[in-house]
Amino acid sequence: MTAQPQVLPGGAGSSPAPPPERRAGSSRTLVRLTPFLLLLLPVGLVALALGYPLWRQVVMSFQEFGLAQQFGQPPEFVWLSNYTAILSDGYFWTVTARSLVFTAACAAATMFVGVGLAVMMQRVTAAVRVLLQVVLVFAWATPVIAAVAIWKLMVDHRHGVVNAVLVTLGLEQFQGFHWLQESTGTFLLVAGTVIVWASTPLVALATFAALTQVDDSVVEAAQLDGAGLLRRLRYIVLPIIKPVLILLAILQVIWDLRVFAQIYSLQQGAGSSRATNLLGTYIYHTGIGGGNYGMASALAMVMLAILVVLTWRYVRLLGKQGDLT
Amino acid sequence: MNPTSRRRSKLVVNGAAIAIALLWIFPIYWMINVSLQPSGQMRIDGPTVLPFDFTPDAYLGVLNDSSFWTSLTMSLRVSLLSVAVALVSATLAAVALSRFRFRGRTGMVVAVLIIQMIPAEALFISQFRMLSGWGLINTVTGLSLLYVGTVMPFIVWMLKGFVDSVPADLEEAAMIDGCTKVGAFFRVTFPLLGPGLVATGVFGFLVSWNEFTLALVILSSGGRVTLPVWLQSFQEGMTGTDWAGVMAGSALIAIPVLILFSIVQKRMASGLVAGAVKG
Repeated sequence: MTAQPQVLPGGAGSSPAPPPERRAGSSRTLVRLTPFLLLLLPVGLVALALGYPLWRQVVMSFQEFGLAQQFGQPPEFVWLSNYTAILSDGYFWTVTARSLVFTAACAAATMFVGVGLAVMMQRVTAAVRVLLQVVLVFAWATPVIAAVAIWKLMVDHRHGVVNAVLVTLGLEQFQGFHWLQESTGTFLLVAGTVIVWASTPLVALATFAALTQVDDSVVEAAQLDGAGLLRRLRYIVLPIIKPVLILLAILQVIWDLRVFAQIYSLQQGAGSSRATNLLGTYIYHTGIGGGNYGMASALAMVMLAILVVLTWRYVRLLGKQGDLT
Repeated sequence: MNPTSRRRSKLVVNGAAIAIALLWIFPIYWMINVSLQPSGQMRIDGPTVLPFDFTPDAYLGVLNDSSFWTSLTMSLRVSLLSVAVALVSATLAAVALSRFRFRGRTGMVVAVLIIQMIPAEALFISQFRMLSGWGLINTVTGLSLLYVGTVMPFIVWMLKGFVDSVPADLEEAAMIDGCTKVGAFFRVTFPLLGPGLVATGVFGFLVSWNEFTLALVILSSGGRVTLPVWLQSFQEGMTGTDWAGVMAGSALIAIPVLILFSIVQKRMASGLVAGAVKG
């Protein structure tokens, strides 16, 4: 990927249009109103598609949806009892802990491998770099649901190539090994592999794009002054690419914590969903599956709170670093 | 480092990179490999590296399946409608955020970032109930509305980076030459945004094309589903799984995406990075 000149991290000073001073009064009012008129449609659509449902969801999380509501009774306000029920349920904590560990592991693995690949891409010959880029773009572009289908086939207990390779390597215990049913751990290992396989390319390619912004002459000067590889990375390269790395890490955490399609689809090949639920599928099975809208809404609110807590500091950091405000 | 050991380490890095590339492409190779096998071959022979008996049977099977075509039409309608609406309104928002300083602008930029954090799973229950209250369950309009909301923040984020990258000085110069502010934007900046709009539009299209969660929830009646939901139910429907068929279906969904994506990925990545480092 070649560098785009417009992405120079240092050049963040896009100057605002100067205030139009020599204008008549009415057209100045029009100019002042312009941004708000421009924002009318986009804000309206987002408010309709996300804002209003979010508000209803907050209300629903304080309501009870039982059998009576399925026959048209209006839901009853129960205030915080959905929340207390959730927080005192051991299974909720199991799923939350499972989700957090899964998110941390996937995000860390993705960032580690992605940044490693980006550094590697800088050091290989041009032809190999192009090969690696093409391959990564393909993995990145593969639709999630197709990727899950492919990996499901590859880890299939009877016809899977993974087991066949492992058995050929002499690991006889993998003959007919059922990855998706054996244990929660092996299920999540497969899910994690699908996710890391698909999300590493974005990290690798974006980090590589950021790395190409680093001025070679500065790095070489440091090398001449005797700075080793690690020191050069730590003090010169890292500060320059940090905003990009932070953004990528936040996105990984957000995407991995809210993962749904992969888990749901893999659950179709596994045994009980109870043993393999993460927060996303837990909400789905409670709400759409079980019809318990109030409880599911409260769960969703708790999940949103977890996301905000996890990412808030970094979003603010990004705001400062990237001149967001 | 002397030249010999440097050459050797270069060789090692290149070798490792090629190995990783092969590892990463393997699932896609495997999809195509299995999709070209006769459907029972895997059950009899187990996994085989090359399809020795090349056959397009699995593809013909899918292409002769009317449910595939219904789903393809549905996917196209939803994706095109979503991307058209999202692109027009996101351009307006990007211009407002990039070219104007106004009260609440900072809040808007932060909001764009925060909205992306709301998980689809946290909203789909009330979205489902909202659309069901309006009679929009199982409709292109209903699903598209939700997709517009989903892709808008990211599209605004990317487009804002592209608008930022066109110097405002150019517009000012045009205004000195007698253009109005709006005229200056349309004559100067807008043509330069072309590639960015294409990249962003393709991105939005792909998000809608690939989306699974909301499609699963909103398109609850069997017949009218998008391709990802179709592929999921296609797998479930296959007892004793026809892997060749599933892989052919996966390939038919993935290949247009791979082509479109390869064309614009460079601009998408730089748009993302530009959004990250610019105000």
